[in-house]
Amino acid sequence: MSPQSLTRPVSGKSRSRAVQRRVMDHLATGMSWCATFIVVFVLGSILWTLIKNGLPGLSLTLFTHSMGAPGAGGGLANAIVGSLLQTGLAILLGAPAGLLTGIYLAEYGADSALARTVRFVSDMLLSAPSILIGLFIYMVLVAPLGHFSGYAGSVALAILAMPIMVRTTEDMLRLVPVAMREAGIALGAPKWRVTLFICVRAARGGIMTGVLLAIARVAGETAPLLFTSLGNSEWSLDMQRPMASLPVAIYQYAGSAYQDWMQQAWTGALLVTMGVLIINIVVRVGIRGGRT
Amino acid sequence: MNVSATQPVPVDGVKPRAGTRFTGDPLFKALVVATGIGVLLVLGAIIAVMSIGGIPAFKAFGLRFLITAVWNPVTQHFGAAAPVFGTLASSALGLIIAVPLAFGTAFWLTALAPPMLASVIGMAVQLLAAVPSIIFGMWGFFVLVPPMAHYVQPMARHLFGHVPGLSALVSGAPFGTGLLTAGLVLAIMIMPSITAVMRDVFTSMPTVLRESAYGLGATRWEVMRQVVLPWSRQGVVGGIVLGMGRAMGETMAVTFVIGDSNHIGWSLFAPANTIASLIALEFPESPAGSLKLASLMALGAILMAISFVTLWCSRVLLARGEAQAGKRS
Repeated sequence: MSPQSLTRPVSGKSRSRAVQRRVMDHLATGMSWCATFIVVFVLGSILWTLIKNGLPGLSLTLFTHSMGAPGAGGGLANAIVGSLLQTGLAILLGAPAGLLTGIYLAEYGADSALARTVRFVSDMLLSAPSILIGLFIYMVLVAPLGHFSGYAGSVALAILAMPIMVRTTEDMLRLVPVAMREAGIALGAPKWRVTLFICVRAARGGIMTGVLLAIARVAGETAPLLFTSLGNSEWSLDMQRPMASLPVAIYQYAGSAYQDWMQQAWTGALLVTMGVLIINIVVRVGIRGGRT
Repeated sequence: MNVSATQPVPVDGVKPRAGTRFTGDPLFKALVVATGIGVLLVLGAIIAVMSIGGIPAFKAFGLRFLITAVWNPVTQHFGAAAPVFGTLASSALGLIIAVPLAFGTAFWLTALAPPMLASVIGMAVQLLAAVPSIIFGMWGFFVLVPPMAHYVQPMARHLFGHVPGLSALVSGAPFGTGLLTAGLVLAIMIMPSITAVMRDVFTSMPTVLRESAYGLGATRWEVMRQVVLPWSRQGVVGGIVLGMGRAMGETMAVTFVIGDSNHIGWSLFAPANTIASLIALEFPESPAGSLKLASLMALGAILMAISFVTLWCSRVLLARGEAQAGKRS
C-alpha cells in the first residue's frame, strides 16, 4: 500500500484515474521506445545491406580500371576521380561565396532588411529540390553551350554547397566574443582586418566544419549531375566534356540487369556512404570534443 | 559652439587619420554585400529560368496543362496532373508515417533516454540524414520492394479487399513499387530532419516549466502532451512542414521505388510518378527545344512553386517559434 492511501481514503474513481494515467504514460513511452528502435533498426538495415552487398566487390580493379561493358571487368576509377574533381571544384567555387555571405550576415548585415532577405533565401536554397538546380544549370550552362560538362556539374553542386557554408559561417562568427572584435578595433585595425584575421581565425574550426559538411552533402548528390555532367564511361579528366561521377555511375548500374554492374553499384554505394558518414562522424565528434 | 559652426572639427575623433588613409573597408564591405546580393540573384535566376523554360508548354496546352493527366510523347500531349498528384500523395503518405516516428524519437531523446544513449542515438539519427538519397533508393528497391510485393500488399488485399471504401486503396497488381513504398522511403528520409527540429524546440523550453509540471505530479507523457507540445507548437509544425518540403523535392530515392506510371488512382500500391521522378526519368529522352522538354520545365516550375511556398511557410513558422522561445525564456 502506498503512503498516500494510508493517510486518506482513495475513492475508486480517483484510483482508476491514477491507473488510467499510468497506463497512458506507459503506452506513450512504450511507443516512443518503439519509434526510436525502428529508426535505429532502419539505419542498421541500410548499413548492413550496403556492407553485405558491397564488400565482396571491393578490389583493386575497382580503383585502377575505368567503367567497362558488362563482363569486361571494368572498375569505377573514372567515376571516383570524376566525383573528387567535381566535388573539389564545387567547394572551390562555393566556399568563397558561402564564406563571404556568411561574413556579410554575421558582421555587416546584422538585422537589416537585406540581410534578413539573404538569410531567408539562403535557407530556402538549403532545402531546395536538388533536381531543380540541375535543370537550372542545364538551361544556363549546358543548353546554350551545346554540351554536357564537368564544369556544369561542379557549378550545380556549388549552388547546393554554398547555403550550408553560409549557415555555419554565420553561426560560428556569431559565437566569437565581442571583446575580441573590440580588442582588434582598439588596436586601430580596420573592420575587414578584424573580421578576417580575428573573427574568422577564431571561428575557423567551425567554418571548416561547414565546409566538410558541404563536401559530405554534395559528394552523394545524383539528381543535379544527371543533366549537367551526364556521366561518362571512359577515363576523362577534361572538365569541358561529360564527366563520370560515383553517384551517377551507381544510378546507371543499379538499374541494369548485369550481375557485375550490380555488384559495382553496391560497392560504389558502400564507398560513397562510408565516405559521407565518416566525414559526418569526424565533424560531429570534433564539435563535441571542441566544446567541452 | 561658434568655432564648430565656422570651422569643422573632426566629429569622428577616434579616427584622426580617417580620410587620409584608405583602409580597404568600403571595398571589403562592397564585396560581402555583393556576394549576399549574388545569393538573391541565384534564386531569382532559378525562378526566372524555370518559369521562362515552361512557357511553351503553357502556350501549347493553356491552363489545362495543370489538370490534364495525360503524358504521351507519341501524340505530343502532356499534362501535369498525374505527377503533381503523385508528388502530393507520396509526400502526404511519407508525412503520415514520418511524423509519429519523429515525434516518438524526439520524445525519447529529450525525456526518456539515458544521457549516454541519447547522444549516441541522436548522432545515429543525424547520420541517417546524411546518407545520400540514391542509397535510400537502392535500399528501398532491393530491401523494401520485395516484401511489399510478396507480403504487405497481398495481406492488405486479404484484409481490406472486400471492405467497401477501403478496397480501392489496396487494388492493383502487386508490383511492390508504388505510392506507399515511395511514402515509406520518403518517411525514413525526412524523419531525421523533423526529429532534429522537434528535439531543438523541445529542449529550448525553459526547464522550470517542465520541472514545475513534474512537481505537480504529472507523468512524462502528460508533461509532453500538456506542457511541452503546446509550448513548442509552432516550431513542431514548422519542422513538419520543412520535412514536407524536402519530401516533395526528393528525386533519386523516389525514382527507384515509385514505379514510373502516369496515372491517378486511389490505390496505395499503384505505380505512380512524382514531378521530380518524372523529370529524372524523362529528361534524357527530351531533346532541347522540344515540347516535352518545355513540359518538363513547366513541371519544374510547378515543383519550385509548391516547394518554395512550403519552405517559406516552414521558415516563417520556425522563426516565429524561435522568437517566442526567446521572449519567454
